[in-house]
Amino acid sequence: MSDYKNFTMNFGPQHPAAHGVLRLILEMDGEVIRSADPHIGLLHRATEKLAESKPYNQNIGYMDRLDYVSMMCNEHAYVLAIEDIMKLDIPERSKYIRVMFDEITRILNHLLWLGAHALDIGAMSVFLYAFREREDLMDCYEAVSGTRMHATYYRPGGVSKDLPNVMPKYMLNKNQNLDQVEKLNYNREGSLLDFIESFIDRFPKNVDEYENLLTDNRIWKQRTVGIGVVSPERAVDLGFTGPMLRGSGIEWDLRKKQPYEIYKDLEFDIPVGTEGDSYDRYLVRMQEMRESARIIKQCCNWLKTDNGEYISSNYKIAPPDRDDMKESMESLIHHFKLFSEGYCLPVGETYACVEAPKGEFGIYLISDGANKPYRLKIRAPGFPHLASLDEMAKGHMLSDVVTIIGTQDIVFGEIDR
Amino acid sequence: MNKIIKFIKSLFFLEILKGLKITGQKLSKEPITIQYPEEKTPLSSRFRGLHALRKYPNGEERCIGCKLCEAVCPALAISIDTEERSDKTRRTTKYEIDLFKCIYCGFCEEACPVDAIVETGIFEYHFERRKDSVMNKLDLLKIGDMYEKEELKDRERNKL
Ligand code: SF4
Ligand code: SF4
Repeated sequence: MSDYKNFTMNFGPQHPAAHGVLRLILEMDGEVIRSADPHIGLLHRATEKLAESKPYNQNIGYMDRLDYVSMMCNEHAYVLAIEDIMKLDIPERSKYIRVMFDEITRILNHLLWLGAHALDIGAMSVFLYAFREREDLMDCYEAVSGTRMHATYYRPGGVSKDLPNVMPKYMLNKNQNLDQVEKLNYNREGSLLDFIESFIDRFPKNVDEYENLLTDNRIWKQRTVGIGVVSPERAVDLGFTGPMLRGSGIEWDLRKKQPYEIYKDLEFDIPVGTEGDSYDRYLVRMQEMRESARIIKQCCNWLKTDNGEYISSNYKIAPPDRDDMKESMESLIHHFKLFSEGYCLPVGETYACVEAPKGEFGIYLISDGANKPYRLKIRAPGFPHLASLDEMAKGHMLSDVVTIIGTQDIVFGEIDR
Repeated sequence: MNKIIKFIKSLFFLEILKGLKITGQKLSKEPITIQYPEEKTPLSSRFRGLHALRKYPNGEERCIGCKLCEAVCPALAISIDTEERSDKTRRTTKYEIDLFKCIYCGFCEEACPVDAIVETGIFEYHFERRKDSVMNKLDLLKIGDMYEKEELKDRERNKL
């Protein structure tokens, strides 16, 4: 009877629960995982190398495509790094806009995570509800930048466009009459800020709805409580950040610990877990969405009273006003210089990081004085999380691997970059 | 006492009923699904879709072949050749955008000093042959003609 051996199994890269292109080699002893070996690299696009060949501004669009569910946060780290080397001060208004969109991004990310995680475990309807709210936030993205996902919105020195004063509206069509269309448009009459505010007013109720569906549900609890437990010490040792670390009970959040932009003026709390299991991380993320809503509300209130500049008026790094550019020679020269050669950074190096929805997203930038980075290193939060998969999954059942992948909130764009 | 409450709660599946109540309520609500293509979601005036080359109201093409868009394009999707015309102005002889390379970042629109290249709100398009993905100057001008009215409206709205 001794010739029973462990069974090696491929999980992914085409598996629907593998979140993208994760390939896991699982060593199974019956249903129990003995070891899990993640293979990465299937989505490698050489972003770091690519960035070395392009002027600084042209790389912003590629940052969106790293963690493609929290787009603007990635851009944020990149522009922060550039501003840091330049020692550039940006207008107050752009700081608020950036923080507001960072938090919108956090909600976007957590909603997708919640939907996908619940779907993996077997709760279908949460996914649909989460996407209902995501749709509204995507509309905010589109209204402000012009695309629903890959925004390319932040610029060194501020943001590329000011917040719009009108929201796009549903159009009359042959299926719906005027009343129905007007009902759909009820929160689109005002500006983008009004739209966001109406979203924030109803969002906490929506989170309650998700929580009613999941938090006490016995199936949900059976699938998440005690799965993938990480002790606080191990979480620190493994380099966890974000909700993964806070779920283990360590209160570490860059927004509080090294506040960037205007986070130090805002009021919000950092939720922490106690057990370090998947259920606690779920609770942490749910609470984070509520806190994000609070932050957005404060930013909205501030932005409503302000009429300042949205981008720095230093024409060496930010383009001059379009109307100016057509009238004045000097502006035109700045415009041409900026869009062809770009700008040169002083020699130096820096590390800039933001609290992205998944954890600490950092950019290490070295400049040799040219108009493109000498070296760009991306610190993706998902990478150390995935690296701990073996440790987290060992001893659990096969179906728990899906929970663990879900709770880690893996996105391959940033891991493989 | 707590134990008894817990027992009763779990015996009668109270938390599951709570969840089912939410799904039940949705039964009577109007669906939020959009019946595309008859119904459409709102489209922002800043939307970055298919490219177009615009003309002046008198029919003269705007593009002066300054190649700023070519220089700023991060995906190297644009390629331009220029020549001097008989009236001594410079115009493009070749203007191509490879839509498979383009990442729709909108930098070309931002860079153009004469508002020639724009990204329109067109997002429903397809190619039938592989080489169709490379849009040449004629295609782009044609889209520009077609889309000029909407483009002007979008510009008005963007100024608000
Ligand atoms: S949208 Fe961006 S990638 Fe596409 S052609 Fe314009 S500059 Fe190039
Ligand atoms: S489209 Fe605009 S930016 Fe591009 S070559 Fe023509 S004028 Fe210059």
